[in-house]
Amino acid sequence: MRRALALLGLAALPLAVLGVFFALPVAGMVGRGFWPDGVFDPGAVLEVLGRPRVHRVLWFTVWTAGVATAAALLLGLPAAYALHRLALPLRGLVRGLLLVPFVLPTVVVGVAFRQLLGEGGPLAGLGLDGTPAAIVLGLVFFNVAVVVRTVGAAWEALDPRPGEAASALGASPAQVFRTVTLPALRPAITGAASVVFLFCATGFGVVLTLGGTRYASVETEIYLLTTNLLDLPAAAALSLLQLVVVVGLLLVAARTRRASTSVVRRRVGQAARPLRPRWRDTPQVVLTLLLLVALAAPIAALVVGSLRVDGAWSLAYYRALVAPSEDGLLAVPVAEAMLNSLRTAVDATWMALLLGGLVALTVTRRSRGRAERRVRATLDGLFMLPLGVSAVTVGFGLLITLDSGVLDLRDSPLLVPVAQALVALPLVVRTLVPVLTGIDDRQRQAAASLGAGPLRAVLTVDLPVVWRPLLAAAGFAFAVSLGEFGATAFLARDDAPTLPVAIFRLIGHPGLLNYGMALAASVLLAATTALVVLVVERLRVPAVGAF
Amino acid sequence: MRTLRTVRTTARARAAVALTVLAMATSCSLVGTGDDEAADPGAGDTTGDASDTSGTAGELGGEVVLLTHDSFALPDRLVADFEAETGIDLAIRPGGDAGALTNRLVLSKDNPQGDAVFGIDNTFASRALDEGVLAAPAGSPAWPAGVEQYALPGDDEQRLAPVDTGNVCVNVDTSWFAENGLEEPETLDDLTDPAYEGLFVTPGAATSSPGLAFLLSTVAEYGEDWPDYWADLVENDVQITSGWTDAYQGSFTQGGGKGRRPIVLSYDSSPAFTVAEGSDESSTRALLDTCFQQVEYAGVLEGAENPDGAAAVVAWLQSPQVQAALPESMYVFPVADGVELPADWARFAERPTDPYEVDPAEVAAERDDWLREWTDVTTR
Repeated sequence: MRRALALLGLAALPLAVLGVFFALPVAGMVGRGFWPDGVFDPGAVLEVLGRPRVHRVLWFTVWTAGVATAAALLLGLPAAYALHRLALPLRGLVRGLLLVPFVLPTVVVGVAFRQLLGEGGPLAGLGLDGTPAAIVLGLVFFNVAVVVRTVGAAWEALDPRPGEAASALGASPAQVFRTVTLPALRPAITGAASVVFLFCATGFGVVLTLGGTRYASVETEIYLLTTNLLDLPAAAALSLLQLVVVVGLLLVAARTRRASTSVVRRRVGQAARPLRPRWRDTPQVVLTLLLLVALAAPIAALVVGSLRVDGAWSLAYYRALVAPSEDGLLAVPVAEAMLNSLRTAVDATWMALLLGGLVALTVTRRSRGRAERRVRATLDGLFMLPLGVSAVTVGFGLLITLDSGVLDLRDSPLLVPVAQALVALPLVVRTLVPVLTGIDDRQRQAAASLGAGPLRAVLTVDLPVVWRPLLAAAGFAFAVSLGEFGATAFLARDDAPTLPVAIFRLIGHPGLLNYGMALAASVLLAATTALVVLVVERLRVPAVGAF
Repeated sequence: MRTLRTVRTTARARAAVALTVLAMATSCSLVGTGDDEAADPGAGDTTGDASDTSGTAGELGGEVVLLTHDSFALPDRLVADFEAETGIDLAIRPGGDAGALTNRLVLSKDNPQGDAVFGIDNTFASRALDEGVLAAPAGSPAWPAGVEQYALPGDDEQRLAPVDTGNVCVNVDTSWFAENGLEEPETLDDLTDPAYEGLFVTPGAATSSPGLAFLLSTVAEYGEDWPDYWADLVENDVQITSGWTDAYQGSFTQGGGKGRRPIVLSYDSSPAFTVAEGSDESSTRALLDTCFQQVEYAGVLEGAENPDGAAAVVAWLQSPQVQAALPESMYVFPVADGVELPADWARFAERPTDPYEVDPAEVAAERDDWLREWTDVTTR
């Protein structure tokens, strides 16, 4: 009984937040679809599910997201190894830069991508512009960092001794990887894969910008049906479809994770020390460099574009950003928009860490009995859902459900950070859970039998191991929040426009100055993100892993 | 080992403290806007209603929440002047485009999020009126001279007050055509001429509001036969992007991304922004025979807590100060007569005399079918 109460206590806050800011709004919007004009009439919804176009859209969404996820894994795993296990020079910086695509506004990257792939671009010969291949490339570009970071964090925390023992017993490096490392990493890999898949399946800007109007995904279709046609039954049908697919996927992922309940334990406070790169690491290092080049190309195009004025190098666009503008598009100076972005991001980060930490602790406690295990597994999946459901549905739902009494939160300044925290939450959970699962529960029992209370046990047993992944997750949540545009543009209050909103406004108008300023502001946003992530990671205790 | 452990723990503790301090120092979503919050919603729910019923015309003040789209921008000092003059506390809530804005109002009409709205355009206006989102003004408000001609046909009670206008027109890169010795196109028909094959880029009608305006131009010109025209455009290798930015900045020769197509769908005001420094000529031109007129409206919401204040805000949007600020803030033309335009606009932004029009009621009724058919034709 006490265990059940403790379980509920830990999960209560995250559950309440999820209920109010996610479940309620989605139910509200889907409800409007089923109850048009207040009368229950599921006919329209069912009719939509039978439309051939809906089947086409669903299939397109699933296969592009699937291919993009596979590609992100293939490219991300070698980089995760190289950047988290090898003592490469500048690896901290590179890890910070890897997050840059995450925060760049899609419309800006879209233009940069099309400068490379489109008519007249250096890669125009490939004929990729406006094809599904371009969409997949875009999805990989934005999401590969998820694989590198979540898997990298787990890899770093891995006890190297079983691998070393296997080597000593004569296993080849490939055998060690296959029989020791890979099974231990499997929870992290499946976790990263499911997050990437959900990000890809609900990727909105990428499909629109790189695919033109020829391709529609479930997400773009819901957007069109809700904001343009106001066809709520159809939007509800697609939202339900999204939910079903996401739940199915999460069940598969959970099964894969369970099958591999790792026997590789970590020793508290002693993560693997980064290795000196050896010759046999060459392939991973080369692949990582290639990945970096591929990621850097569109970003370099942005940086160059922001510095070229009338065919000469100049800082004019950056100067224009800080120059006081009496009238004009930038109602708020860029510095202020940047500050607004940072404030919101700090809030979203602590919320995501608090909620994500609680969820991770809840689901990784050792369960007694099957029912309890099942409850924990369900909780684990539940918090992934916000990634898989249309931001448009949630956004509109927030406006129509949180509108009365104590729940009248439509104007609350908390709405934007909470919405962003819910997006970042699964990343935090997926980064922490594999590491927490690896802690031998007997250590907590030992702590308890030595007289430590539950809190003390967490602080002395869990925290030291989780500290690094926690910082990694913080950087992640921060980047998600800084780059998040959909919810922010929809819910933002005018007194605090964020930098992505300002960029969107600049690039949405003709004139080279506006375009140049949009690029400059994007570069500023990217640089700030990389810097903040670097500083946050510096906060890590250097001693952990250095002894 | 013990000393090492201690060093480590203190370092960790220090880092944790540093993180917390940093978080607290910058975390101001709540703190920074706290003063707004006090004057803001929630509490206003009960007091607002009481003052509504007792409030008489001319007695202003209180808070007005103006819902608008994400392109909204006006100089801060204009807002401050207005607040000082009227005692109104104006809270501006932008979000989504014109379509999302209208649908947001429709969905929350039983419990509106604000008092006034700005940014419903003539392609969505009928939906807003039909759904009863807007309140009829008391009496008949006196609009400034010249505004009347932009009123929404069928809106006899003046629920929707015109605020700004602009035309969606095909633009051409005149320098490109001069360099390539090709005559510039002039009409919609010209765009299907093989001479212009692969030169035109437009945002799509389903995903972009200027794209929809262009579709309506073709509906106005070709009537029932518009799908044939679009089939010809596709035949002539038109490029269709999802948004204006992708078309103009990405594919147009005069856009920021240095694209390859010299004909693009944009606005009649766009040529004012392609005047190179030191030059007295714009490098682009709007084709005035291809334009569709867009008008943006403001109105008082049905169920507003502060209807008098909301009416004052609507009137303010039509005032000379705001009208004069529209071109540089939102890139649109004022609707009131006698407002001076910025120099570049007066010189380079030529406006059509007889733009295409489609009855808003017909747009409301047919939009869905038109978009479906358009999607079929263009993605065949």
